[in-house]
Amino acid sequence: MVGPEAAVVTAREQILADIRTALGRAGNATPAPLAPPMLRNPQMDRNLYISLFVQNLEKLAGKAFIVPNPAAVAPMLQALLKDQRAVASNAPFLAACGVTGLAQVESGFTEPEALRQACATAGVGITSADYALAATGSLVMLASPQEARLISLLPPVHVAVFPKSRILGNLDELLARIPQPAEQTSSMVLITGPSRTADIEQILIRGVHGPGEVYAVIVEEENS
Amino acid sequence: MQGTPTGGIQQTIGDPRLQLAIYSATRRLIEHRAGAVGSERLPDYQELRTRANQIKQHTIEHLDHYLEQFESNVAAHGGKVVYCRTGEDVSDFVLGLAKERKAHLIVKSKSMTTEEVHFNERLERHQLETVETDLGEYILQLAHERPYHIVAPALHMTRYDVAELFTKTLGVAKEVEPEKQTKIARATLREKFLGADIGVTGANFLVADSGAVVLVENEGNARLSTSAPKIHIAVAGIEKVIPRAQDLAVFLDLLGRSATGQPLTVYTSFLSGPRRAGELDGPDEFYVVLLDNGRTKLLKDPEKRQSLYCIRCGACLNHCPVYRKIGGHNYPWVYSGPIGAIITPQFHGVSEDGWLPFASSLCGACAEVCPVKIEIPKLLLKLRSEVTEAKRAQGSGGVERFAFRVWAWLMTHPKTYLALARLGSKSAGLLPKVGPLGSWTSQRELPPMASQSFHRWWAQRRRS
Ligand code: SF4
Repeated sequence: MVGPEAAVVTAREQILADIRTALGRAGNATPAPLAPPMLRNPQMDRNLYISLFVQNLEKLAGKAFIVPNPAAVAPMLQALLKDQRAVASNAPFLAACGVTGLAQVESGFTEPEALRQACATAGVGITSADYALAATGSLVMLASPQEARLISLLPPVHVAVFPKSRILGNLDELLARIPQPAEQTSSMVLITGPSRTADIEQILIRGVHGPGEVYAVIVEEENS
Repeated sequence: MQGTPTGGIQQTIGDPRLQLAIYSATRRLIEHRAGAVGSERLPDYQELRTRANQIKQHTIEHLDHYLEQFESNVAAHGGKVVYCRTGEDVSDFVLGLAKERKAHLIVKSKSMTTEEVHFNERLERHQLETVETDLGEYILQLAHERPYHIVAPALHMTRYDVAELFTKTLGVAKEVEPEKQTKIARATLREKFLGADIGVTGANFLVADSGAVVLVENEGNARLSTSAPKIHIAVAGIEKVIPRAQDLAVFLDLLGRSATGQPLTVYTSFLSGPRRAGELDGPDEFYVVLLDNGRTKLLKDPEKRQSLYCIRCGACLNHCPVYRKIGGHNYPWVYSGPIGAIITPQFHGVSEDGWLPFASSLCGACAEVCPVKIEIPKLLLKLRSEVTEAKRAQGSGGVERFAFRVWAWLMTHPKTYLALARLGSKSAGLLPKVGPLGSWTSQRELPPMASQSFHRWWAQRRRS
């Protein structure tokens, strides 16, 4: 482009114009309607969700524990953690279960750098989960001031504690319940088993960058 | 030789170790996929494919609309969309931002789009350290190689290759156990994640109604790249957009199963904008680079624009008898296998990589397994006739010269010829047989490829 008069066409304008020319579309044309999304109903007895979730998580070498009520969580975790140092998220359910009161557990972070340092050195990260998916054994984590991302990511072990009522059938049911995840969070992550790779000779190895061990602690009765 | 395959094909075919590595890795991926899409495991499989195809067709036919919708939703959540026409535009943007923010270290998670534009090389020229963090990609970066496969990038390397490479480049003691090699990589890369200023990722999907980037992965390196550094930049081709978050129910159910047989990969991240008020981690800045780099050229032809539906699952590579024989590095571009054969000549021009559409036995396996139902064999045929047209247009003898070059090259590489002829004998054959080339080749009396290749027939005859 030469001379001061030459119009400066931005990459954006150029690309959109190229697309419209190639497709023969006018700039303001709204698309023909698209068929409604295909969301499949899990078609399953809700009472089976918990056993299906456990089965699918354990197929991926995760491990699930079922405890009757919140009061049973802390003693169970005490035995699981032994003398390992853990970081817990600010999820209210963890406090309600007494997790944050355990001697090994650091919690209540409000400073990004302090949280990061703690996660980088802790042996275990403890979070809740906003949902879980029975069909795939997945944990669904929505980032928020209560639920930081690094806790389920940096420590070599991840423990998620959540009530049974949060288990949904499948991804379709999740997306039916949250049609617009972006309205609620900057980051929704589905965690389906421990971190893994098969990049060297197709040999399965767990715990590459994320946790190599994933535990779900499912609480049957939400209120004690 | 321009426009014909490289001598590497013969080397690949003659290397028994490499042949075994390609064969067993692709076989395993084939088996895993078959187990995950069978009618018992996924009764809706065919309906899902049809839906995925319809959604892609609709989106590509209204691409400008969905890109603008995506852009305004990214902005609504505090992120920014940057349109780039070329790879140079991408590196200029990233370099400019890095300079402004005084960034020195970039961590990257696997992205074919950045491979496509030689992102790392461009940035390294400006003293910006860029580290690949997917284990396979990390190994390849140390070895200065490009991905061998779009899903399993280092499938051609053995643990012994990795051991030697790590000793040479990282100065660690020789370690041949993949488990321990992974630990070495984890420790080295962990430091990089925590020290990085910018995380660069690709995108498996861009969700228009949410302004979100969706990433699927198994290792956790994409999560780390998007959670630890202060800046997240996703680089994606413009074709990656889908209309609605709810459409992910279809695409995610197909992608993992088609790629590795997983109903869902270990991590599926749905990222919309920088961290919000009160969040303790996540990036402060969120950018999505929308790259054209020739994609708009593929839109014009209503049939060929299907090539842009690809979700990069790799299933067509695993099922392709040609890919399984010649491997990934003998294709001229980062995209190999059947999908590479149809998009490379469209991006680079048919006279440049004209031999590619002929490197197929048209057995149809790719179309059968493609989760978004791209009619790959049909597009290959279409491109073949375009190649011959283009060669004819190059002047008298252009077609003949091209066909002769392909033919002459193959004749001087008998092993390659034999291997490919055997593949080709089932159907339309490797060598140019359509259009004017068909009559040309028959005049030259090529060994028959119809039912049994001449060489094989001869060998059998001599044995009996
Ligand atoms: S063309 Fe189809 S099968 Fe091949 S990588 Fe793309 S989506 Fe997968």
